[in-house]
Amino acid sequence: MPSHLDIQFSKEELARYDRHIIIPGFGLEAQQKLKAAKVLVVGSGGLGSPLLLYLAAAGVGTLGIVDFDTVDDSNLQRQVLFGKQDVGLKKADAAQKRLESLNPHIKIQVHHTRLTSENALDIIKDYDVVADGTDNFPTRYLVNDASVLLGKTNVYASIFQFEGQVAVFNYTNSKGETGPNYRDLYPTPPPPGLVPSCAEGGVLGVLPGIIGSMQANEVIKVVTGVGEPLSGRLFIFDALNFETRTFKVKRRDDNPLNGSNPTITKLIDYEFFCGLKTEKPVQEITVEQFYDWQVKGEKFQLIDVREPHEYETSNIGGKLIPLGTVLENANLIRKDVKVVVHCKSGARSAKAIRELEEKFGYNNLYNLKGGILAYLSQVAPVS
Amino acid sequence: MATILIPTPLRKFTENQSKLQVNAGTIQEALQDLASNFPDLKKHLFDENGKIRTFLNVFVEEDDIRDLQQGETQVAHDTVVSIIPAIAGGSI
Repeated sequence: MPSHLDIQFSKEELARYDRHIIIPGFGLEAQQKLKAAKVLVVGSGGLGSPLLLYLAAAGVGTLGIVDFDTVDDSNLQRQVLFGKQDVGLKKADAAQKRLESLNPHIKIQVHHTRLTSENALDIIKDYDVVADGTDNFPTRYLVNDASVLLGKTNVYASIFQFEGQVAVFNYTNSKGETGPNYRDLYPTPPPPGLVPSCAEGGVLGVLPGIIGSMQANEVIKVVTGVGEPLSGRLFIFDALNFETRTFKVKRRDDNPLNGSNPTITKLIDYEFFCGLKTEKPVQEITVEQFYDWQVKGEKFQLIDVREPHEYETSNIGGKLIPLGTVLENANLIRKDVKVVVHCKSGARSAKAIRELEEKFGYNNLYNLKGGILAYLSQVAPVS
Repeated sequence: MATILIPTPLRKFTENQSKLQVNAGTIQEALQDLASNFPDLKKHLFDENGKIRTFLNVFVEEDDIRDLQQGETQVAHDTVVSIIPAIAGGSI
C-alpha cells in the first residue's frame, strides 16, 4: 500500500489547502493523510450534508456516499447540500454534483442503495473510516456491527428535535487499544412505541449543521491522527438551553460483538432486532435453488401445508399436511434431512415453520419463497 | 436533593421542565421519585420488571451508573444526574 507520504499535490491543491497546511501541528502531512483517506458517509441528509461539504472541502481523497433516497421539498430546511433544482433527483447524484463543483481534486463514489445486512460489509470494506449520518435505529446498529466486524472506526452522530449526540466508536489508538462501540453505549434500541422512537420526530434545521460539523471534525482527527478523537466519550448538545455535556463510555464485557463472549459474528436482521418486524424471519429457499436441489438429487423432504382441495387442483409432489394440522403431525416431518415447506405463495408455510421451530426446535426447515405459484410460473419443470 | 437533567424526548412528561430537583439518596430513589411525580414517565424509565430501560443511560456527573453501583449509586445534594436516551434521527 502506498504511504501517504508519497501523496503529491498540484499547485492548485496547495493553494486550496494552504490554511490547513500552515496550521502548526497539522501541516502538509495531515493534508496528505486526508488525500490518501477513503471515508464512507452513510446517509446524505441532515448530518450527511455538512459532513460531505466539509470533508470534500477539507480534501478527503475519496468520499463514498450511501443513499437510496431522492431529494424532497421537506429536506431543504436542513439538508444544505441540496437546492430547489435538485428536488426529485437522487440524493447521491445531486450530492456528487455539488461536491465535484466544490472540489474537483477528490473522488466521489456513490452507492445508490439502502445499506442492508447483505451489502454492508461489501460496501464498507473498501473504506478506512465510516461516518454514520443515518436516521433510524436498524441502520445505526447495522453500521455499528459492520464497522466492528471489519475493524473500521465509526464516527457517529445523531440528532432528535433539539438534541444532538456525537461519539467515535471502535477507534483503535496508536497503542492498539480499541475503544467502545455503539452497543457498549446502548445494548438495545427502544421498542417501537416508546419514546424516543415514536413517529413524532422532527429536528431543528440548524442542529444537524452543528452536530454534522462536529462529526466532520472527528473524521478529520481520526484520519490525520491530529488531536484526541472523541473515543470512549459521548458528547451531548442541547440546543434549547445551550448545555453541552461529555460522558465517559467504557467497553463492556457483555457486548455481543466484541465482549468476552461474542455471540454476533455476522450481520443480523436489524429490522427484527429493533422490533420493527413482529414476526421472526424464517430460512428461505428460492424456487431456482429448490429446482437445483431436485435436479442434483439433493436429499430433502417436501411438505405442502395447503388445504386438500388446493392440493387436488395442482401439486408438486409434497406431503400434504394442512397448516391447521401441522403441530399434531409433526412426527411426520423429518429432522434428519432438509425440509422444504410450501403453500400457495409463502405466508402459510412461513407460519408453519415458525410454529414447528418454536414448539419442536426444528432448524432444518426452508420456506419455498413465492410458494407453488412461483415454482410453477418460474421453474415449471416437466413432472 | 439531586438535580436530574431531562432530555428533550422525555420533557413532554415533565411539563416541559428540563431540570428537576429530587429527594433521593440513590439513583433508584431519584428515578422513583421522578416517576411518582410524573406518572406518565414511569413506563419510559422502567421496564416491566422495574429495571431501568437499556436504551436509557443514566450518568452521575460524567460516569455511567453501569460503571458505578447501578441503581444503588449514591447521590449527594449537589449531584447532577443526566438521563440520556438513544436517539436515531427523524424517522423510526
